[in-house]
Order: sequence, then structure tokens, then C-alpha cells
Amino acid sequence: MLYTLPVIWLVVSLVFLLIHLVPGDPIQQMLGEGAPPADIAATRHAYGLDAPLGEQYMRYWRGVLRGDLGRSIRYAQPVTQLLVQRYPYTLRLTLASLFVAIILSIPAGVRSARRRNRWDDRLLSVVSLFGLSFPNFALGPILILLFAIKLGWLPVSGSGSFANLVLPAITMGSALAAILTRMVRTSMLEELSQDYIRTARAKGLPERTVVYRHALHNAMIPVLTVLGLQFGALLAGAIVTETIFAWPGIGRLTIQAISSRDYYLVQGCILAIGLTYVAVNFLTDVLCSVANPRIRQ
Amino acid sequence: MTALPAAISLRRGITVNARHNPLAATGAVLVAIFVIFALFAPWIAPQDPAAINLAARLDPPSHVHSFGTDELGRDILSRVIYGARISMLVGSCVVLTSLTLGLVIGSIAGYYGGRIDRFINVVLMNAFLSFPGILLAIAFVAFRGPGISNLVLALSLGGWVGYARLVRGQVLAAREREFVEAARALGASDLRIIGRHILPNIIQPVIVQAAIGMAGAILAEATMSFLGLGVPPPTASWGTMLNDGRAHLFDAPHLVLFPALAVMLAVLSFNFIGDALRDYLDPRSRIEAGL
Repeated sequence: MLYTLPVIWLVVSLVFLLIHLVPGDPIQQMLGEGAPPADIAATRHAYGLDAPLGEQYMRYWRGVLRGDLGRSIRYAQPVTQLLVQRYPYTLRLTLASLFVAIILSIPAGVRSARRRNRWDDRLLSVVSLFGLSFPNFALGPILILLFAIKLGWLPVSGSGSFANLVLPAITMGSALAAILTRMVRTSMLEELSQDYIRTARAKGLPERTVVYRHALHNAMIPVLTVLGLQFGALLAGAIVTETIFAWPGIGRLTIQAISSRDYYLVQGCILAIGLTYVAVNFLTDVLCSVANPRIRQ
Repeated sequence: MTALPAAISLRRGITVNARHNPLAATGAVLVAIFVIFALFAPWIAPQDPAAINLAARLDPPSHVHSFGTDELGRDILSRVIYGARISMLVGSCVVLTSLTLGLVIGSIAGYYGGRIDRFINVVLMNAFLSFPGILLAIAFVAFRGPGISNLVLALSLGGWVGYARLVRGQVLAAREREFVEAARALGASDLRIIGRHILPNIIQPVIVQAAIGMAGAILAEATMSFLGLGVPPPTASWGTMLNDGRAHLFDAPHLVLFPALAVMLAVLSFNFIGDALRDYLDPRSRIEAGL
């Protein structure tokens, strides 16, 4: 938890440096080959790229702290304003996919652990391995083909209603569900072999109580840590899923910004995703310490 | 020191484990097929993957085109076979680069400890872990531009940390063992101790991680190509094929189906092998499997 502030500093610094990775002149690339030199010089000055690197860095930090991340060339709007408009969509999609992953993985992982090495455990292991290996950019179109085109149950794309959220959430949540199923299984196996479980069974507690009230409670701590770490992959997965389903979140905005070489907007999107990842990891650490007194100590 | 017997025992273990674990055997066969596709694509592919034939555009699978054709009339089977080249090339380059970086940096941190370890472990690794790997890759290619070398570099940027963490932990434990102290007492240099004595003894879990890492690298390459940040056209890549095929999801779903299956099978095969290797190296799993 102590490392959160240095990590935020690192994230902002790395994002600042991104614009300097561009081979050649980033302003020329943003404005296009035929841009007049006067326009290029004026834009470079407006973005502060004619200042020494140290000054640019300080100015970037001041901007981040004030919520000023520059202007998007493509949209002719402040980057922050675009991020504020799009962020709730990405958050809604990410939380929905997290929900999908959790409701699929916990019962599957618990069943797998309780029925260790039986047919259903093996089947769930293979299914989770398939889920892990099936790319979301392939799953998305296949789900559209099945549920939107062939069966007509759900819309192909858009963001207007709850129905629009179903397919993107399943697409994004399935890989995480596969990872979590494996994690819940391993963690539950570990807990079910502990002495306190034997004691709980010896006391005559119903198996359901032993598994769900005692073992699962403790098994969730490592699962929570993995969930926090995987949240970053989920956010990055939003870039792909939002592109497939035309979902108007930050992920789609990132790809649109990349294709139009709107570098300041790309920087803003990467920063927003990176900082969300740091915040989620911080929250995960706090939750883990609340759930486990040993970590608090 | 004990590298040769360890390698023989690992090989024998894999053979025995394959008999007990049909998924691992399936994985090995699939990997062999993809490697053969990648190496001998010009001889295996029935047609030129870049040959445009507009008269045959969006043809469904038939005896002439087993996997059908795309929007430019190019043979999808040939493009899937050629696509294995990019996947295997980028995947193995990413794993090799990440593994080399991870081995060097992790060994230095674990062997020397102290301030060097604190700097590497706390500052350097945390800096790269503060971004999800694929986001780091997207950011890098977005600013540097697409292409194979940028793609490999971009994916390795986030990939080395996992190997470095694993190697650091293993070296930290191994450096206190008697055979390392014996080598040191005999006057062996640090490089020799790490390279000849420590690394052969810690390499098994690293191999497992590399197998699983290969699956991740193939998936990441396909994701980047799908987003238009991978290998530029007209080179056949599974991710690019999937992206192109999306526009024809209504009228020609085979454009999406075959490259999707190729990515899935390639990733699955390395995951099968990684899982089997991990089970083999875990004593508890070996006892349960009767090995």
C-alpha cells in the first residue's frame, strides 16, 4: 500500500515520456505531411514541445494535477472532457464483466475443488483452459453471430440499454472467469485440507456451511489479490471489446485516437486506464487487509 | 553441474506424463503442427496467400478453397498456414527476449541482493508492473509505429518482469546452497557460478513459465494485429484476418471462424503443455498421478 504514491509518479512519468517515443516530429505527424511550417511551429508552441524536457515534465505534472491533459486534435475538445464523457461507459462495462466472471467462477471453482479429480472437475478444468485460450476478439464476433444475428435475442452493438451490455460483458468476462475458476479451485483445495475444516466437520456442521461459510471465506483472500492484478488485463481487454461492440468507452476512444495520431488523447486514455489500475490494486490491498487480520498486523 | 541428467529426467518425465495426460500429448502434437506450418508454409499452403482473385471473393468453404476465400478472394487456408509464421515468430522472439532479460536481471537481483536487489525489485519491476502488459504494448506501438521489431519489443517490455521475479526468487534460495558455496570456495567467478551452477538448477520452473508465456505472447500478438497495431498488411496474420473478417460476419462467417480456431488451438496447445509441465514438476501432482 505504501508503494501507491511512487507507482502513481511512475505511471505519470512513463505516460509523459510516451510522446517522446514518436520517431520524428510528433506535431508534424499529428497535423499530417502537408501541414505548413508556421502551423507546425504554432502547434508545437501551444503544446509546449519547444520547451526543454524538464520544463515540459513539470508542465505535464501541473496539468495532471489541474485535470488539464491538453486538447484533442481530432475532436477539438479538451482531453479531460472526452475522458469524463467516456469513462462511465468503460466503468459500467468493466463492472458488468467482473460480475459475469465472479458468478461463473465461484460456483465452478468450488465444485471443482469439492469434486477433485472426478469427471466434473476434469470437465471444468478443460472448459476453463478453453476459456483462457479463446481470445475475446474471436469470442465477441462469434457471440454476435449466434445471439444477435442467428437467434436475434440481443443487439449487435450500441450502448442504449441493458441488453446492449450483455454480449460485451460476457466477451470481456469469460477469460477472467476461466482464470478465477482455476484460482478458486486451488485456493479452496488448500483451505479444505486445513485443520479448522476438519474441526468444523467434526462439530457436525452441515457441509454447505463448512464449504461456503468457513473455507470459501478464507479462500477468497488470494482470489481477491488475483482479481486485483487481473483487473488491469480486464481494462486492457476493454480496448478490444469496445472496438468490437462499438461501445463508446475509453478503450474505443484509445483506438480511434491511435488511428488518427491524436497523441495527446492517446496519452490521456493510457493515463486514465493506468491510474484506474493503480487505484484498483490499492483497493484490493485494503480489502485483503480487512479480510485477513494477519495482513493488517 | 547436473544439467544433463536433469534434462534426461525431464525428457523421460514428459514422455511418461504424456501417456498419463492426453491433453499434454494433444498440446505437443498441435505445437508440432503449427511449427511445421510456420517452417514449411510455402510448401504446405495450397495457394499464394496474397494472390487476389476478385471473381472468387467471399466464397464459402469448398473443394477448391477448403476454408473459403476472403473479401479479396484470397485463400483462407493458405493465409491461416502463413499466419502461423507470424504467430510462432513473434511468440518465440517475445519469449526469448523476455526470458533473456528476466534471467539476467533476476539473476543479478537474486545473486547480489542488497541495494541492487532493492532497486531492481522495488523500483524497476514495480515501474513495469504498474501498467498491464498489453496496455504497455499498445502504448509503445501507438507512439513508435507498427512492425515486427516494434511489436516484439513492445510485448517484451511487459513480459520480462514475470521471468525476473521467478528467477530472482529461485536464485535467492539457490545461492545459499552448499554446491554454490563449494564453487565459490574453489574460486569460481560470479558469472561462472550463476551460469554453470545456479541456472541449470533453477531452470525447470522457468521452462514452465516460458511455455505458458508462449501462449500469452501468441494471444497478445493476435490482439495487437486485431487492433491494427501488429504486422502491417498484406502479411497474413490471424489477428488481422479476424479484424478484416468482422465486416463480413453476416454474409461470410467463415472469415472469422478459421483464424479464431487457429489462435485458440495455438494458445490452447501451449497452455496444455505448460499445465502438464507444471503438474509434472509439482511433487504432489506426480504422486497423485502415480509418476
